[in-house]
Amino acid sequence: MDIVYTLWLRSIKRYLRSKSRIVGSLGMPVFFLLVLGFGLNSVVRIPGQDAGYMQFIIPGIVAMSVLFTSVFSGIQIIWDRQFGFLKETLVAPVSRIEIMLGQTFGGATTACIQGIIILVISLFIGLQISSISGFIIALVFMILIGISFSAFGIAIASKMEDMHGFQLIMNFVIFPIFGLSGALFPIESLPPSVAWATRLDPLTYGVEGIRYGLAGTSQISPVISFVVLSGFTVLMIAVGSYLFKNTTL
Amino acid sequence: MAAVHVKDLTKKFGDFIAVDRISFDIKSAEIFGLLGPNGAGKTTTVSMLATLLRPTSGTAEVCGRDVLHEQDGVRKSIGIVFQDQSLDEELTAWENMDFHGRLYRISRDVREKRIDDLLKLVELDDRKDSLVKTFSGGMRRRLEIARGLLHEPKVLFLDEPTLGLDPQTRNHLWEYIGTLNSEKGITIILTTHYMDEADRLCDRVAIIDKGAIVALDTPEKLKEEIGGDVITIASSQTDDIMSLITAPWITRMEPHDGIVTIHLENAEKHISEIIQLLARDGIDIGSVSIHKPTLEDVFLHFTGKTIREEEADTKAQMRMFLKAGRR
Repeated sequence: MDIVYTLWLRSIKRYLRSKSRIVGSLGMPVFFLLVLGFGLNSVVRIPGQDAGYMQFIIPGIVAMSVLFTSVFSGIQIIWDRQFGFLKETLVAPVSRIEIMLGQTFGGATTACIQGIIILVISLFIGLQISSISGFIIALVFMILIGISFSAFGIAIASKMEDMHGFQLIMNFVIFPIFGLSGALFPIESLPPSVAWATRLDPLTYGVEGIRYGLAGTSQISPVISFVVLSGFTVLMIAVGSYLFKNTTL
Repeated sequence: MAAVHVKDLTKKFGDFIAVDRISFDIKSAEIFGLLGPNGAGKTTTVSMLATLLRPTSGTAEVCGRDVLHEQDGVRKSIGIVFQDQSLDEELTAWENMDFHGRLYRISRDVREKRIDDLLKLVELDDRKDSLVKTFSGGMRRRLEIARGLLHEPKVLFLDEPTLGLDPQTRNHLWEYIGTLNSEKGITIILTTHYMDEADRLCDRVAIIDKGAIVALDTPEKLKEEIGGDVITIASSQTDDIMSLITAPWITRMEPHDGIVTIHLENAEKHISEIIQLLARDGIDIGSVSIHKPTLEDVFLHFTGKTIREEEADTKAQMRMFLKAGRR
């Protein structure tokens, strides 16, 4: 556990030190929040919900922020490999699982901090958190998204040689995961021929869980969301550990 | 017990044989040098000994532990300073040390005391709270050496420790390395392609070329093997020189790219004769030097090439290999 903590501590120190990264990675979610939220608030009505579009997308944008930060943290292992630091950890008498878990929890923590910053910003533009327990439920789902997608990032990084493939992953994996998740639209309004895709997207369950926590209503039962997302998290840790164990310098 | 025991160690990358059935023993508390041009297989050898690379065949033991089957045992007993930097630039010097200490599970009290001591040893204690990205190349090297010592390894690997450093810093580092070895009794294995570095630091040197060890002994014995003196003539007409100079007192003559080396006894006595011969035929002479054999001459003797020629060759070969691999 002390090794996991050591790796975690390093992630947190690096995160807190890179002010530009904190601000930079807030840019896109805030942009989405303001442009889509304010822009569409008066024209879009979500069936069965009175609160307006702004209230609807806040959970989606929080999930987006957690998703992007955590995937990016995981992929950072490529930098460590390029700048040689990975060697320092791999030559130490510790198991790779510990290194991987430390990196995962570090990424998840920073991702959740980013998500909470978005939540705080949202408070100023009209978010009303219904209850403490609601907030805690939302937080649990953020943590699950953070852990699963940090592990996902590590899995990708273990297979990628350098940052050249990064754009590819962003455009063909991360954006589709975000776009299909129902972060920006209610999944029930989709025709059935497309709806199945959102049901396959693990982030859908994360968004729905956060939405249940913050707004009190969701289209998928929070219990189902929790079970599916937890299962996905366990799977990603297993896959990430396996691939990282076999990665070469 | 030998600190390191290597038997028929081999590493292949596809068809390319990087390390070819090398065997050697390193005694405890010895400074052992792996000397060879870039691409000779030095780093590959060190990586295998440090458990970072799986040997294709053969065995190696470090401190009595097998590098394949007792990885953790080997890792606990070695320290390593890599050829390329392996520090976290976003952390301070102290934090890099602390991270390392935690990875090796050193208890807090011991860890903090040792970090302070080691940072003093490498004269970085006044910069311990600065981010590593503000450090110069020499400072980074020193920090890496300090970090490699934090868990008190029995064997320390230094892969090209002075590569790219200015002469003053190199001298400084050599002193550290010597002190470490004599005061703490740490076995040090260093790879280098600097002849003077190997000559000055190492108790024994293995000359490695194209993945194989071509000679292994103390620097003195290696140089004695060449014997006598060496005259080196730089000239564009190496062939003419070769045909022109024949004398019974010449032990051996070798033409190389732009230079001719003449091995002989009592060079001072014969140098004027040689110059006269060359001047008579109007041979262009760039420069002439007389010296006792250096490891450079030893390398030349065993491989038939200067270390620079060999590097150029190996690079070309690697490039072709990489191209073939890429298809």
